[in-house]
Amino acid sequence: MTSTLTISDLTKRFGDVAALAGVSLSVAPGERVALLGHNGAGKSTLMKIILGLIPMSSGKVTICDAAPGSAAARAAVAYLPENAAFHPALTGLEQTRHYLRLRGEDPGLAMGLMEKVGLGPAARRRIGTYSKGMRQRVGLAQALIGHPRLLVLDEPTSGLDPVSRREFYALLDELAAQGSSILLSSHALTEVEARTDRIVILSKGRLVAEGTLADLRRRADLPVTLHVTARNGCASDVAAQLPGAILVDGALHMTCPQSAKLETMGRIAALGPKVADLDVLPPSLEDLYAHFSQRGAP
Amino acid sequence: MTRILSTALTEFRIALRNRWVAIALVLMAVFSLVLSLAGSAPTGGLGIDRLSVAVASLTSLSVYLIPLLALLMSFDAIAGEAERGTLPLLLAYPIAREEILIGKLLAHLAILTLAVLLGHGIAAAVALWTDENALDGLPALARLSWSSVLLGATFLGAGYALSSLSRRPSGAAGLTIGLWLGLVVLYDLALLSAIVADNGGWFTIHAFPIALLANPADAFRLFNLTASGATAAAAGVGGAADAIPLWQSLTSVLLWPLAALAIAAAAFRKVTP
Repeated sequence: MTSTLTISDLTKRFGDVAALAGVSLSVAPGERVALLGHNGAGKSTLMKIILGLIPMSSGKVTICDAAPGSAAARAAVAYLPENAAFHPALTGLEQTRHYLRLRGEDPGLAMGLMEKVGLGPAARRRIGTYSKGMRQRVGLAQALIGHPRLLVLDEPTSGLDPVSRREFYALLDELAAQGSSILLSSHALTEVEARTDRIVILSKGRLVAEGTLADLRRRADLPVTLHVTARNGCASDVAAQLPGAILVDGALHMTCPQSAKLETMGRIAALGPKVADLDVLPPSLEDLYAHFSQRGAP
Repeated sequence: MTRILSTALTEFRIALRNRWVAIALVLMAVFSLVLSLAGSAPTGGLGIDRLSVAVASLTSLSVYLIPLLALLMSFDAIAGEAERGTLPLLLAYPIAREEILIGKLLAHLAILTLAVLLGHGIAAAVALWTDENALDGLPALARLSWSSVLLGATFLGAGYALSSLSRRPSGAAGLTIGLWLGLVVLYDLALLSAIVADNGGWFTIHAFPIALLANPADAFRLFNLTASGATAAAAGVGGAADAIPLWQSLTSVLLWPLAALAIAAAAFRKVTP
């Protein structure tokens, strides 16, 4: 199957500074890809190049076989900018109608879109009176127009409360199920963890890691954390058997390499009735992210 | 076409809510009313109808007011979108930059046209009310109306260009006021002082007519004064109207809007959000 978005060896320089260096990436139809990176890692620059808003220095980008910024590419791509902004004098409904007409769609669909993002009751109020979360919803509504082949979403859930975030990701799942590709950036690593198929980590303009969460875990080979709770009175006994364990809030915390996980668990199980409970914590996305972005730094 | 019309409709709605429509209409109406009432005094001796005299006064007014209104409406067009953060999203849409400019131009030009028609309508009504010969002046008034709209288009284009170049509304506001002062006020003063210093030499004969035609505001004034034969009522630089053929000032009036829009499109194309 041909990919919706293909980026090969993309480089973007601002003067002497390389904002992006040799980035290659492809996104298949229906795939949800999260773009992670520090502020200034090149996420927004990458998105703006995909949208054709800024030119690239070298490399090749194609969106549904079209060049970024071409009429065909712009018709296929929807965008939600970071901190979506609209003219304060227009109502949410008027703004959405305008966007529908710009995409050659029926402006009568505007009210349905407003209701879909939970802005039905506020649709006839001016955007100047909206909260940040409500403006973000207008931004989301316009990104849903006309079954886009690719959605480029820059920090889409900033300003949304937890319930709205869940509704937002449900909408994305629906779109992905219909074959739309989604490329989103986020700082909220935990929500990305559950809601995307693939993770791409950018650091200082370089792509330092790419893969599913399980892939990245295996490749990083970060130590596993184990929390052992001993039965009353047995803590010192158990601690003596587990070298390297430290006592934190009544539980013993220890780490071991991924490869030694089963063996360590076996040793803990062998302690029998002295152990009350055992928690195994795989490395979090935060840990993975820190690992890969530090490794990518020169 | 839908995209241009939708942009124009949205811009018109914004201008309506920001009171620009009201401001433009009230300004033109008040100034036209005052001029057509005040301009009634000298008619007896000149032997021409009251509307023709009003047209001469309105021409002088329009040279100042139309560029000012056009620049006030246009300085925010691109810089404002950039500052609000609405520009990246708009440019990601399947709409060409030229279409965005034309859409904005249609809306702003519609407002200017309404203001011009209201102001000139009031002037015509006052003249016809008091002088039955005033019908003679109607062709001149009609010519003033359409050339005012073209003058507005020129300065709207200039405003869009400056708005694109400065990226920030405060910077754009400064640049547009500078342009207005330069082209409408200081340009004529500089020409007059050059003529005085030159005392009928090469500059007065060769450079001066070209300098007048090169300035859209001066060309507009020349065209209207020459066409209506109202040079007798004109003062200052307008007195040169006899010396320059009508087709030359007409050409300048017709070409400037196109040139200004081409410059605006070129400047907007360079904007990276």
